[in-house]
Amino acid sequence: MAQAQAQMQTKWWTGGKSPFNVEYGKLMMWYFLMSDAFTFGAFLISYGTIRFSQNYWPDPNQVFNAFPFAGHANLPLAFVSLMTFILIVSSVTMVLAVHAGHKNDKQGVVKWMIWTVIGGIAFLSCQAWEWAHLITGEHAVMINGELKNIGTTVTMNPWGPAADMASHEGHHVGTPGPVAFGGYFFGITGFHGFHVLSGVGINIVMLIMAINGTFERKGHYLMIEKAGLYWHFVDLVWVFVFLCFYLI
Amino acid sequence: MEHSASPEVTFHHEPGGDEFVKKIIKTTVLLSVITIIELGLGLSMYAFPMAEVFKLFLKGVIVILSLAKAFYIVGIFMHLGDELKNLIMTICVPLMLFIWFIAAFLMDGSSWKNLRNTRGKSMAPVEQHAPAAEGKH
Repeated sequence: MAQAQAQMQTKWWTGGKSPFNVEYGKLMMWYFLMSDAFTFGAFLISYGTIRFSQNYWPDPNQVFNAFPFAGHANLPLAFVSLMTFILIVSSVTMVLAVHAGHKNDKQGVVKWMIWTVIGGIAFLSCQAWEWAHLITGEHAVMINGELKNIGTTVTMNPWGPAADMASHEGHHVGTPGPVAFGGYFFGITGFHGFHVLSGVGINIVMLIMAINGTFERKGHYLMIEKAGLYWHFVDLVWVFVFLCFYLI
Repeated sequence: MEHSASPEVTFHHEPGGDEFVKKIIKTTVLLSVITIIELGLGLSMYAFPMAEVFKLFLKGVIVILSLAKAFYIVGIFMHLGDELKNLIMTICVPLMLFIWFIAAFLMDGSSWKNLRNTRGKSMAPVEQHAPAAEGKH
């Protein structure tokens, strides 16, 4: 509380100190993240506009119902929940790495950075499986009166409304759904995945620098903090990607 | 307190040891619980037949829960809550543009749909349903 009092009385704009009480790099990281939030926001809102303009949109519970090694079991949202959980946990290990950095605890930073990198790689592997499953998993749909097997790609979408004409070999079949579904799904999750990939790259560099003692010699672990901000942002964006594509 | 590399920083606010770790654990549990509730609501829309209006209401609840998650991630994991108020403002105030951004573009999309359904073709839109579950291979 005494510090809060002292903060109130400090004249922040008299020069010689940061009026925001943060170092330059951290402030600029915040502004970069804010601009990146607008980029992601623009993508997601464009997806929302197209979705609102369609009479039919696929139910995510039907599209995302597969799990590795589970065969054809109907497990809606199970795999993506696992991905979400992996990303939340890797965000937590990142907080712990930053916290260890505050205490100048090199062993702690190295340990938690390794877990964060592992979490990032696990997330990317899950996403690779999910993409591969969607692209190669073919479903029978009625196109111009003919039954065709198509996967989910940027030009094809088998998740359309039910066909009027009864069924095929006792199965109910659908028609092609809105093409924009695949484009937006792969575009936005891909853009997010690319952020995760670069985040893993940055975290690996931070890990190597920590192991080599670079931060120890500098006397502070502020770089870990900036990498941490980026990594948390990636987690934050996933909250909204998860919301827009899988939950609603 | 002696971060020689950043003399421009006046106060360092590193919350003390175990107390902070406890806060992280609490936040993690909270985020996981919110995610599980969201999943439950998302799945219930699939599992139980319900009126469109009620579905829309559940979706609204999920959106609000996601915003709560965002608040905790930014406020506690990213420590924005511990920064000076002026810094918080320079980041949060520009983000208010999203209010207009979301409202305007979603209304545009729905207007597009209405125009297409009523003027482009002479027939009224036919209600469309998802194929029955057993149709999936």
